[in-house]
Amino acid sequence: MKAFVTVMPKAGVLDPQGKAIGHALTGLGFAGIGEVRAGKVIELELAETDPVKAKAAAEEMARKLLANTVIESFSVTVG
Amino acid sequence: MKAAIILFPGTNRERDMALALQRATGHRPPLLWHRDTELPAGLDLVVLPGGFSYGDYLRCGAMAAQSPIMRAVKEFAARGGHVLGVCNGFQMLAEAGLLPGALLRNASLRFLSMDCHMRVERADTPFTGRFQRGQVFRATMAHGDGNYFADAATLDRLEGEGLVALRYATPQGEVTAAANRNGSARNIAGLLSPNLRVLGLMPHPENQVDPEIDGTDGLPLFESLAESFAAA
Amino acid sequence: MTQPPAPLPPERAAQLAAEFGLKPDEYERVLAILGRAPSLTELGVFSVMWSEHCSYKSSRVWLRGLPTKAPWVIHGPGENAGVIDIGDGLAAIFKMESHNHPSFIEPYQGAATGVGGILRDVFTMGARPIANLNALRFGLPEAPRMKRVIDGVVRGIGGYGNCVGVPTVGGEVNFHPAYNGNPLVNAMTVGIAPKDRIFLSAAAGIGNPVVYVGSKTGRDGIHGATMASAEFSADSEEKRPTVQIGDPFVEKLLIEACLELMATDAIVAIQDMGAAGLTSSSVEMAGKGDVGIELVLDDVPQREAGMSAYEMMLSESQERMLMILKPGREAEAAAIFHKWELDFAVIGHLTDTGRIVIRHRGQVEADIPLAPLESEAPLYRRPTAETPKLPVLDAASIPDPVGPEAALGKLVGSLDLCSRRWIWDQYDSMVGGQTARRPGAADAAVVRVEESLEKGGARALAMTTDCTPRYCAADPEEGGKQAVAEAWRNLTAVGARPLAITDNMNFGNPEKPEIMGQFAAAIRGMAAACTALDFPVVSGNVSLYNETEGRAILPTPAIGGVGVLEKVGQAVGLSLAPGLDLVVIGETKGWLGQSLWLREIAGREDGAPPPVDLAAERRNGDFVRARILTGEVRACHDLSDGGLLVGLAEMAMAGGCGASLAPALAGIPAHAFWFGEDQGRYVLAVADAAALLAAAAAAGVPAMKLGRSGGEALALAEGPSISVASLRVAHEATLPALMAES
Repeated sequence: MKAFVTVMPKAGVLDPQGKAIGHALTGLGFAGIGEVRAGKVIELELAETDPVKAKAAAEEMARKLLANTVIESFSVTVG
Repeated sequence: MKAAIILFPGTNRERDMALALQRATGHRPPLLWHRDTELPAGLDLVVLPGGFSYGDYLRCGAMAAQSPIMRAVKEFAARGGHVLGVCNGFQMLAEAGLLPGALLRNASLRFLSMDCHMRVERADTPFTGRFQRGQVFRATMAHGDGNYFADAATLDRLEGEGLVALRYATPQGEVTAAANRNGSARNIAGLLSPNLRVLGLMPHPENQVDPEIDGTDGLPLFESLAESFAAA
Repeated sequence: MTQPPAPLPPERAAQLAAEFGLKPDEYERVLAILGRAPSLTELGVFSVMWSEHCSYKSSRVWLRGLPTKAPWVIHGPGENAGVIDIGDGLAAIFKMESHNHPSFIEPYQGAATGVGGILRDVFTMGARPIANLNALRFGLPEAPRMKRVIDGVVRGIGGYGNCVGVPTVGGEVNFHPAYNGNPLVNAMTVGIAPKDRIFLSAAAGIGNPVVYVGSKTGRDGIHGATMASAEFSADSEEKRPTVQIGDPFVEKLLIEACLELMATDAIVAIQDMGAAGLTSSSVEMAGKGDVGIELVLDDVPQREAGMSAYEMMLSESQERMLMILKPGREAEAAAIFHKWELDFAVIGHLTDTGRIVIRHRGQVEADIPLAPLESEAPLYRRPTAETPKLPVLDAASIPDPVGPEAALGKLVGSLDLCSRRWIWDQYDSMVGGQTARRPGAADAAVVRVEESLEKGGARALAMTTDCTPRYCAADPEEGGKQAVAEAWRNLTAVGARPLAITDNMNFGNPEKPEIMGQFAAAIRGMAAACTALDFPVVSGNVSLYNETEGRAILPTPAIGGVGVLEKVGQAVGLSLAPGLDLVVIGETKGWLGQSLWLREIAGREDGAPPPVDLAAERRNGDFVRARILTGEVRACHDLSDGGLLVGLAEMAMAGGCGASLAPALAGIPAHAFWFGEDQGRYVLAVADAAALLAAAAAAGVPAMKLGRSGGEALALAEGPSISVASLRVAHEATLPALMAES
């Protein structure tokens, strides 16, 4: 089964990339854009078939390597 | 001084570092492979050099920080060993938890390759003994992710404990926003561990060690290390 | 006897041949060679091997006119890169190559893979790359997409070069509307190897294993070589999926692994998989060695499932190499590549059949005799038409609308003369710890050779890229001459002995006589300069069909020059210090035709370009170099774009120091004296002009004292005193303002 790990900069951590994207979108004429945050999604193909176990495994991977919890938060979905 | 440089896949400033150490100590340090699980006996200094370990993929230094030899480096540091991490090496130290905080993308979102100036915040460490406190020296910086970040409480603690070794400054020694090209918190360029034996810094003093190439501004850092171990 | 491959139905084959870019008569030759209709894979092999990009079919007859020999040349054109002897038992290996079309379609990846490709051409010969340079030509920033192209190309060059850890130390950038729809990205790499350990590509040893190393093969860039041989049209945007993606991390591992294996004697021959990947590498290696080759594609490391033989043979996946190993050395070699976490696979062996045989899933997919694939390759002597000569402009007939102060301020901030700092601040120029003169510090980059240091020496290489396309457009022969002379001059200006060049010939559609005429004339001019200056061509690359919707670029024969300094400490830069006499070497006549002053201030792009007097060039340059090597010259700068006052301003801005200047020579209008672009000239800063002037007189070299450095302004005898600080502001502001993230 697949697990999707979404890694985002933590609130309070400067995200210049998100800021630049927001600025560019406004420049292109899109109105009403508030804060923009840029993160990443890591797609994992897992042999595990039990969604609960797969999610736990992916969370462990995120804590250990995929996210740096000093600056990033993560969430995992499976399916 | 017995030093060794660790080579990760994608490391690219190991030869610069070896030349700098050779200039300060008279002999060329060995290169250790990242898959090794032990450090050679009797080592004084481990150096994590600059480069793009694992292509800077995922996060700079993140995968190198998980490599087999880093376990040995952590143990070495815990036993009071000296560790120098430059550029990608600083990123690894932060990712491995040997220094607090993280190195984010430069505020300009561009790779920065230029000279910077750093003010020496304390000269009573094994890395800075040959400098004067407040002295300013020039070094090359070459990084895309050198923007030092830590939360306010951590920054206050680092300042309080005197663990900021180097700050970006003007050539005259003023700590200004303009001198802080990558956007680092409180102009932090180099950071020490509480026992003052681990130093991480983003710029490359190893590129300023030879009068025929680009001056010797960075040489005192390596001479300081050589001197502390010669005296010991 | 091998079972021949299944041919395509004849009508389908003919139709596909045309789609793949083979002309009807070329396709007839394919039929004659095979004696039957080709299979799809065979047709793919012929079409890429006979593309302009791989076969040089339009340019080869002209390239033969270039001098390629000198006592210090070890390998000239024909290998992956040129090889020259630089002393201390060492060789410099270098080449420049274009990645123009891919860089327009996808600027970041196009430029990045251009850097990756040229690095492989150099390290495949056994060299550790020590420097990269780039010759870039962009359209005007306001042209559609152009800012994105500029930004992407610069990021791509930096992204790749910085990661592999090879310093990007120099290059050049021009802007002109002729490149609006077809920018040029020419990348050059210089490497160092022991001169008795050069690796070549000719395969040898029947039965020897053919080994594939590096990244896996995917469906990237199929028919990239044929794309590079066709004009752009509005639908080129559609071709985007064929662009390859570079992985500089793998390239770095590949460099280390190859050099580690090269330290053994296990390799017979090696070549990178560049354009037309597995096809060109296997065909060329076997062809050069007069052997046959048999490949089993099932054994090729593959990134995607279900790839056909055709796709694998034409894939341009990056960071791959093909090697012939000595028998029995596979395990030793595999261990090195596995240590560096790279794929390693034996995918075939050499045969005595003189044929390339490609097997896949138990079928023979191609079976082609190699000799005719090369000997029957098309070769065209296309019709040429001479570029009409333009009149020589009389400077006195061109009024100066603004005066020197305003003109200088405008020129130093103009696109072709403004500071390139915004670009080079994104390139790591220092990695390696050997860069003694980085971008902007001298007329050529200077990098010490670490291997010389290890032998107790301090030898350094000087490197530059040069071409003045507006001169080439006005007079391709003089322009070709000037490009070579300027490279020679820039190396001379740092004190180096110029040794050899690589050329990157960027032109329009060769099927148009006026374009082929430009090409032939540029070669004539280059050949004359190479001969007069003892500066042979050792490698090169041709990029034709640089046109969009029928509009050609300016003819751009970019020259990459390499010279040597026996001691790195002998190198001089261009930065001016106070208290020095300024002396101009070479004759100033006030040539305004095709000058930047004429274009930027008078708004005219016309007239004949300045001629290059090769005898004077040689005499002046040899004199300047000799004076630099005495140690008396504190700064030196050649005079090129913008002329005398711009050259002085560049020295002043670099050093933060002004100068008081003598009046313009009598008989020359002041604006022509200060901004004319007469060739073969240098400004030298010395403690005392008298000795230098006496030496020049003795050597029959024109020289005049121009002034003395000091103060904070360029003070002209005629009046205005121009603040160096304000010039610097104008000089530095242009690119950051243009490229500011809006």
